[in-house]
Amino acid sequence: MTLDIILILVVLIDLRLLGASRIEASIRIVALQGILLGLLTVLEHYGDLTVSVWLVAVGGAVLKGVVFPWLLVRALRSSDAKREFEPFVGPIASLLAGVAALGMSLWLAQRLPLPQAPHASLLVAVALFSILVGLFLIIARKKAISQVLGFLVMENGIYTFGAGLVRQSPLLVEFGVMLDVFVAVFVMGIALFHISREFDHINAHELATLKD
Amino acid sequence: MQATSFLQILFALLFAPLMLGVINRTKAWFAGRRGQPLLQAYYDLYKLLRKGAVYSRTTTWVFRAGPVVGLSAVLIAMTLVPLGRQPAPLAFPGDFILLAYLLGLMRFFTVAAALDTGSSFEAMGASRDVTFSALAEPALLLGLAVVARQTASLSLSGMYAGMALETWRQAGPVSALVAAALMVVLLAENARLPVDDPNTHLELTMIHEVMVLDHGGPDLAFILYAAALKLWVFAALLVGLVLPLRTGHAWLDVAAALGGIFAVAVAVGVVESSMARLRLLRVPQLLVGAGALVALALILTLR
Amino acid sequence: MVLILLLIPAVIGGIAFLLPNDPLRRALLVATALTHAGLTAACWVRSPAPMAGGWLVLDPAGLLFLSITSTLFLAAAVYAVAYLRREHDHVTRDAVEGFLFSNAPEATFTGCLLLFLAAMTLVTLSQHVGLLWVAVEATTLASAPLIYFHRHHRSLEATWKYLLICSVGIALALLGNFFLAVAAGSTPLVFCELVARSGQLNVLWMKAAFLLVLVGYGTKMGLAPLHTWLPDAHSESPPVISALLSGALLNCAFLGIIRMQQVCAAAGLGDFSRSLLVGFGLISMAVAAAFIVGQTDFKRLLAYSSVEHMGILALGIGLGGAGVFGAMLHAVNHSLTKAMLFLVAGNILGAYGTKSTADVQGALRVLPVSGVLWVAGLLAITGSPPFGPFLSEFTILKAALDAGRIGVAITYLALLAVIFIGMATIMLRMAQGVSLRIAPQRESWTAVVPPAALAAAVLLLGIYLPGQLTHLLQQTAHLLGNH
Repeated sequence: MTLDIILILVVLIDLRLLGASRIEASIRIVALQGILLGLLTVLEHYGDLTVSVWLVAVGGAVLKGVVFPWLLVRALRSSDAKREFEPFVGPIASLLAGVAALGMSLWLAQRLPLPQAPHASLLVAVALFSILVGLFLIIARKKAISQVLGFLVMENGIYTFGAGLVRQSPLLVEFGVMLDVFVAVFVMGIALFHISREFDHINAHELATLKD
Repeated sequence: MQATSFLQILFALLFAPLMLGVINRTKAWFAGRRGQPLLQAYYDLYKLLRKGAVYSRTTTWVFRAGPVVGLSAVLIAMTLVPLGRQPAPLAFPGDFILLAYLLGLMRFFTVAAALDTGSSFEAMGASRDVTFSALAEPALLLGLAVVARQTASLSLSGMYAGMALETWRQAGPVSALVAAALMVVLLAENARLPVDDPNTHLELTMIHEVMVLDHGGPDLAFILYAAALKLWVFAALLVGLVLPLRTGHAWLDVAAALGGIFAVAVAVGVVESSMARLRLLRVPQLLVGAGALVALALILTLR
Repeated sequence: MVLILLLIPAVIGGIAFLLPNDPLRRALLVATALTHAGLTAACWVRSPAPMAGGWLVLDPAGLLFLSITSTLFLAAAVYAVAYLRREHDHVTRDAVEGFLFSNAPEATFTGCLLLFLAAMTLVTLSQHVGLLWVAVEATTLASAPLIYFHRHHRSLEATWKYLLICSVGIALALLGNFFLAVAAGSTPLVFCELVARSGQLNVLWMKAAFLLVLVGYGTKMGLAPLHTWLPDAHSESPPVISALLSGALLNCAFLGIIRMQQVCAAAGLGDFSRSLLVGFGLISMAVAAAFIVGQTDFKRLLAYSSVEHMGILALGIGLGGAGVFGAMLHAVNHSLTKAMLFLVAGNILGAYGTKSTADVQGALRVLPVSGVLWVAGLLAITGSPPFGPFLSEFTILKAALDAGRIGVAITYLALLAVIFIGMATIMLRMAQGVSLRIAPQRESWTAVVPPAALAAAVLLLGIYLPGQLTHLLQQTAHLLGNH
């Protein structure tokens, strides 16, 4: 039951992100999602809580809940950009697309039953939904920082899938995900600094000089 | 009909304006004032009924019919809504659709009366109100559909009789989502903050107030009373979902539900005191967000 | 031994960040490249022992791709010495838009370059699914600062696109790995174990896993329609980096895909995976052909040519049988040729100062050796005899005809013809004629010897395949499944 509540909170966070318009609020919401996923890791491995589980869960929560928001807010504040998303697809259309994606994720999850845990279709669905929402945020928003947020949400979705399902050698893969996300977001954050210095904006939409 | 059904109608008729008083007193307490007397709405109704009405020459029978039809519609709607898990006076399968349409009828005639005055000021309020109601209606109907699916009944009385604490224990998140969405719909349909400010005098921010600007005397009394009854209806829907107490005694259930309704009134007062009115652009987003919550609940129930 | 191959570039890369002395750092770069090449050559003689519980093993496929990477890195390192010396502390005026820009610190460049080599080595050595994925991600992160060497807005845009698109692709590949873990159940996620116990794999999850891994690593490899980062990254980065990206990095992503294909084929999903590969291969060739004809930037031209050849590689694997051998041989040929072409393009860019094909004329007179190499490279990359790619492309064609897939063979030939016409028109026009603006220039030996050596190797491979190489290619083809 607690697991279901956490998963539904993750879905609500994704929906809130789709309808959000201020960047700093969105960054904090994604941070909250990271912390929730740390909690999810602990709950999933409730039977055998070893040191490594705690390390992954707490480390992930600190990384996604504290370090990334700090980095991204700094990148945002150092640029002169407006503090609002400028979406290609407006909040209402995004929300409706999100509900459609949710339906599709649930349908897909029913088509892909897990061999070890056939009743865990909600977890698979929420993971797929987060991935779709992340991809949507990357495509449908103009600012480069929203692309980083979309990438984070996508990685959160993949992490959800991994946390719930890979039971045998679970933690090496989670370590891998976290390391990857950390370095990737770090490098992206640095790139964001450069972009904001080089251009007067952080509109990825306007990074369109190179084309055929 | 049972005795408790009669009692439900009696309580609704008597106590609906008291809700308005409770809301105002809560807001006053937050603001550090003493505020209006609790029974202020009754005094207002009494005063208005004794006044005469002035009708503009541009209006037709629609203008006079508006408040009357509105009050009648909401009176019938009130008889459909159960209180305290007792069956409502009127109950049949599919009655929640009738409920939604009775409220729609009330809204339609209010809007028609507003347009009938020929003034663009009222028309502005009418167009805003209709937009928001159109967006709130899916949330309301889908929310009731979720409850119907959970309790396997198509009648409001059956639905609310079937709700129990076990439903919350088994599918808590779903019920929580529907309750949250119903609260948003309550605020939107009853013209409360953060959707509409009932105390505003500013042209730019009026929605409901502006539609009833031209009514006076008994017409305004009808409108005021109908608004109170509409609030009662929504509060009863919400209380049945959130507080499904199942003590052995019918009277205790009804009394608890009554307490719950006044708790909802206090909650509305708290929300009104702590939030500012949303920009008009954001209200559709809020309503679609409520719709998304209900869609999520529905998808989870259909799994 | 395997560990030394990994640690030397990694450690020296770390040192390079901190070293303040430029000539010493460049010498260190060349020394590391030589050591790495030497160690790789030693692995040909005696294959090293597996390490880390079977996670780091140099199997034939790994050895093949490691050799390619090592050779290219050696050529690139020698070229880079002169390049870095020329670009050192240099404020240049951009030829296209006229603003001034500077370069990244040389320490960053050299350090990242060595870490890039370490990451690519790790890709070739990994036998564990997760470790392979970490290595591919590491290559993305190590190469992003390298693309942003010239500090201006176009290269920043290219870097951002590269970073974002490849990270998203690799995230999808990670999801594919998780799906594979679900399909594998309790089998350890090491490739040989997965192949051995392929009967126990869950087919539904395996299909989904392959699809995700193909899309994910295909983004990194440059298969269309996921290739959109490729032309920008290759055209804006320094020639050394373009050579390594095209020649070595795309191969590493390809290795990820073929290992997955190996598992799929063993699990009985060979038809499914092969048809997907053929489809992506032909689409890549078609998209490349569309953008090569009438291309106005010669570095983008070479980048689209890389897309085309990645399509040919996917097609080869997808056809199976002798096509796998052809694809492996083509990987070798393409890497050597493309690296040579990018280094020569760097020379042309340095002499003419522009990337536009319309402004470059008479390269044969201005830069004699580079001009000859440019024309030779054109002939090689489009598959003309006597160069190596002719043999490999012919083998793939023969495999298509042997399998009875006439439609595929005709499309393949038609696209190759279109690409030949497109590239020849542009590149020959650049080489011939007389340049009115630029006088004939002296070419330094470090700028000319590496590409010439690579060209000689390609020519050699076209005439005579050394026995050891043939043996290795056959072993690789057998390993990757003639199922």
